Amino acid sequence: MTDQYHETYMTDALGPLPCCPGCGHERILKDLDSALTKMQIDPRKLVIVTDIGCIGLADRYFKANSFHGLHGRSLTYATGLKLANPELTVVVLMGDGGCGIGGAHLLSAARRNLDITLIIANNFNYGMTGGQHSVTTPIGGLTPTTPGGNVERAIDICAIGAGAGATWAYRGISYDKDLDERIIEGIKHPGFSILDIWELCTAYYMPRNEYNKKELYKLIETSGLNSGLIVQSERGEFGAMYRESAGNLPPAKDISALEPVFGHKLKEQTGVVIAGSAGEKIRSAASLFSRAGIMSNLHATQKDDYPITVMTGHSVSEINLSPVTIEYTAIDSPDYFVIVSEDGLKKTAALVASLGSTTHLIVDEGLQIPDTAATIERLPLVRSAKKAGQFTIGLIALGALIERSEIYPTEALRESVRRHQKPGIVETNLRAIDLGSELAAD
Amino acid sequence: MPLEFIEGNEAIARGAVRAGCGFFAGYPITPASTLLQYMLDLMPRNDGTAIQAEDEIASIGFCIGASMAGRKAMTATSGPGISLYSENIGLAIIGETPLVIVNVQRQGPATGSATKGAEGDIQFTRWITSGGMPIIALSPANVAEAYELTVRAFNLAEQYRIPVFLLTNKEIGLTQETVDLDSVRLPEIINRTRASASEAYKPHQFGSIEQVPVISDFGGEHVTQFTTSTHDQNGYLTSDPEIAQNMIDHYIAKIEAATDEIALYREDMQEGAELLFISYGITSRSASVAVKQLRDEGFGVSSLVIQSLFPVPETAIKAAMKGIRKTIVPEMNMGQYKLEIERLAPDGMSVIGVNKMDTTLLSPSEIIARGGCRD
Repeated sequence: MTDQYHETYMTDALGPLPCCPGCGHERILKDLDSALTKMQIDPRKLVIVTDIGCIGLADRYFKANSFHGLHGRSLTYATGLKLANPELTVVVLMGDGGCGIGGAHLLSAARRNLDITLIIANNFNYGMTGGQHSVTTPIGGLTPTTPGGNVERAIDICAIGAGAGATWAYRGISYDKDLDERIIEGIKHPGFSILDIWELCTAYYMPRNEYNKKELYKLIETSGLNSGLIVQSERGEFGAMYRESAGNLPPAKDISALEPVFGHKLKEQTGVVIAGSAGEKIRSAASLFSRAGIMSNLHATQKDDYPITVMTGHSVSEINLSPVTIEYTAIDSPDYFVIVSEDGLKKTAALVASLGSTTHLIVDEGLQIPDTAATIERLPLVRSAKKAGQFTIGLIALGALIERSEIYPTEALRESVRRHQKPGIVETNLRAIDLGSELAAD
Repeated sequence: MPLEFIEGNEAIARGAVRAGCGFFAGYPITPASTLLQYMLDLMPRNDGTAIQAEDEIASIGFCIGASMAGRKAMTATSGPGISLYSENIGLAIIGETPLVIVNVQRQGPATGSATKGAEGDIQFTRWITSGGMPIIALSPANVAEAYELTVRAFNLAEQYRIPVFLLTNKEIGLTQETVDLDSVRLPEIINRTRASASEAYKPHQFGSIEQVPVISDFGGEHVTQFTTSTHDQNGYLTSDPEIAQNMIDHYIAKIEAATDEIALYREDMQEGAELLFISYGITSRSASVAVKQLRDEGFGVSSLVIQSLFPVPETAIKAAMKGIRKTIVPEMNMGQYKLEIERLAPDGMSVIGVNKMDTTLLSPSEIIARGGCRD
């Protein structure tokens, strides 16, 4: 409620409404004023949101907050305003043009059911730009862009809203005697409400189509549509449901602080690449390996590459470890290269062929690798993974790499597993590292 | 000093929380999707709201509405989404809306390579919307800086009532790095200056042309106006040419006058150097390796790493170029920020761009060789 009584919510500070004589907008706006006056909402807590179109001139004629945005996007600003401040009463005025260009927002507002009231001043054409046809122009309607008569079917705004889940929709005409009461019902409805109000554009649509007030009365029926209250149902209001769901969030992710308690043997930045298949937990193994590096007083970076369809094809992780801050994060010439399966080999074959003698390449014994200058170490990775269990091949390979390279102690990798893995799989992971160490020691 | 291993997108989300962000809306797009997910998780735990919108136009529309209702708002996307933001960015500029827009850049144009990095949106950001008004753009080089510059971006948005871009890159957003966020030195948090309840309020009131108007939130103490149309200081539509020009001059002046104050950069100058690197973002890290290597070889090299790309920190750039024979500007685009350097270059100094868009990082050796640094 407001602290003073408002006899009207319209201001004459800007002069009379800039509507053409007989334009339906003026009738709708007077009914909105009447509704607001009956409701006596605090003007500071009321926002009239509009976008482009003649009806978009109206917001600032109200003694309320006014928000005038881009064509067809008023529902998006209204959504932001209402979500940011649930105390606001948000009334959106849109034309039929806005329902076309902003159709996605209409559907989403209906689905979302945030407490916003949408009043559509539906006059079947674009009055602001010369009377071109819109998504609600009736079949046969004459406009400058349908010179032979409109052949695109008009949309049924209330049905579209209902189909998308709107909980309150009303269709009427600007001459409806009780329109202000209907607007009040719409505003009071605790959810998204739509008023599809048909009206005359006296500048364009009416004269071009020999159309008048009498015809408007009949048009809803001749269009095969219903008038009056089309939808009225109850469903949770989005804002309230969102705020409630915030209480149901899972516990916040722990910030996993890494303590540098181990030593390392690196003199300079060292690049490690591990290539395998989706589903082999390559990224996860790489992350445990990187974190173990950080726990060994090293800096680390990690990048992962995999197809958009994440459960198929390759999975390649690139890791840098360095005793000093890492600047350049790409690995042009890896110091260690690990390939555990065919998908990884396929993705990296060209790189493998170009490797120099400074790269130590660990590959599964079964892989046919291209000619390369790298030092090759073939290990029974796949066979060991069969023993150690599903998802272990990455850690077996990296366990072998750590044993071979002595970048940091194997215990760091084991501790990384204990710190970061779910308790249920820690033992399996530790066993994988041990298997890898044994392979490299053999 | 807890060390963590996190990607740039997470650092931005946590920076946003530190800055007091209260609203986030976004739409899934690689490589910004994880930022959307972090915000969806973090906002409700920190008295905020985060929502996945129906499309990018709605994402930024929600944010503009929420910001005008008093929340610090942020959205995040990549090139294709920024294209869809364009018209609403103009709205945020004309409505003087505080807003942080994260662009996790990826290789373009169009869909390009969704999972590959780039710095291709630099001049697009500067000239992002019809009318061509100034914006502020910050560009982090690493995960720690992504955290810090996010806080600074919110501060600048609130201070200057303008969209502030955080121009990052897949190469930072999705790369995990060792970081200690507690050790990152953050600025004091700045909140918008709100209009006094007891005084009459005009939404775009300024005295001198560069003055940033105080703000009254929708739902606050005043009845207020916001409009996409050319307006006067009251927020009322006008067709008066003098007022129209005055408002345009204001949008420009409030940023231009603050250029030195906004300027953020790191200098690594060497006495008597004739070679200068000017770089930003992920590529500045390759440049710094190149600088070190050249110095080890006995060359005199200076380096200027720019964090605030727009407004262009001209004073710092001009100062850095004094006495320089050749300036190298490496970029993961075909020479966009080089244009700014060229227009500021003193007579006789050459500006060499080292550019590529093959989706891979520029390497230090590439920069040295193609920049002709040993010549």
